[in-house]
Amino acid sequence: MSELIQYVEQQTARDIKGFDFFKTGDTIAVTYDITEGSKTRQQVFRGDVIQIKGHGATKTFTIRKVSHDVGVERIFPFNCPALVSIKNLKKGRVRRARLYYLRDLSGKSARIKEKKFTKKQDPATKGKKRKLAWTWEEQGVYK
Amino acid sequence: MTSIYSADGANLACTVVEMGPCTVTQVKKNEGKDGYDALQLGFGDRREKNTTKPLRGHFAKADTAPKRKVAEFRDFDINKELGDTITVDEVFVEGDAVSVVGTSKGKGFQGVVKRHNFGGVGQSTHGQHNRLRAPGAIGACSDPAKVFKGLKMAGRTGGKRVTVDNLQVLKIFPEKNLLLIKGAIPGHKGSFVIVKK
Repeated sequence: MSELIQYVEQQTARDIKGFDFFKTGDTIAVTYDITEGSKTRQQVFRGDVIQIKGHGATKTFTIRKVSHDVGVERIFPFNCPALVSIKNLKKGRVRRARLYYLRDLSGKSARIKEKKFTKKQDPATKGKKRKLAWTWEEQGVYK
Repeated sequence: MTSIYSADGANLACTVVEMGPCTVTQVKKNEGKDGYDALQLGFGDRREKNTTKPLRGHFAKADTAPKRKVAEFRDFDINKELGDTITVDEVFVEGDAVSVVGTSKGKGFQGVVKRHNFGGVGQSTHGQHNRLRAPGAIGACSDPAKVFKGLKMAGRTGGKRVTVDNLQVLKIFPEKNLLLIKGAIPGHKGSFVIVKK
């Protein structure tokens, strides 16, 4: 990407560090503004993160939930000004970055196993293993 | 291109254009031999080695390094002297409507559907089977017994000077001389364009 575009994206990015950090497989609740005519109200969308894609100004995440036996997916840009808050309710143990396979599953098999605890990294082996991103800064967000 | 959000929450596609600093390389005056008012602006540096001797002299008059591109703007409404620099915030403000002139992307040899927006045949019955994108008839019979000049046919497409009018300036970054223009502009990435108010 051109460094000038990168500069513009850095300047215009919205601050998302106040939101809970989440990864693919986590269950999150997104609160966002809905404008109907002149009124604005807030709505909560709760579901599993099935993908995080893009970078910079066009980075988005997709949440999936099953509502009355119908799968519902919503895509939110990280930069979207309508986002009010994001809460990470449950960490999931998944082995893929994009959980498209959930679309073909239903009922009990469509659940994601919860990650109950995370391994603490031993300082001796630090750096030798693959470094995992656990904060927005490490994920490369601008603000 | 990138995108930003407007105040009412709409996501707008936009193009980042580096607009300077430009140097005034020539001032033309209505009085005198030029006969009209204009400013010639230069943008981007090039090496002296790659500049012809006459051009080197031209830039030396303005006391600047040789410029990569020069363009003339008639009836410039800001008074500038030879050798002055112009930055983006002197000329543009947010919300301006601008025209962008550039060289469109070259598309090679293209048929009439892409080149001249012909409709194609659009039918697969009535005897059509292998001419979905053909131009059709190109003229009459033994009178005029020729194909008229300028008839729209297949050929080299793109790579031409194109002007897009009425584009909106979304944002200005004076510290880096950047202009954020709503929508797309002609040309490939990194190409030179002229932005007129």
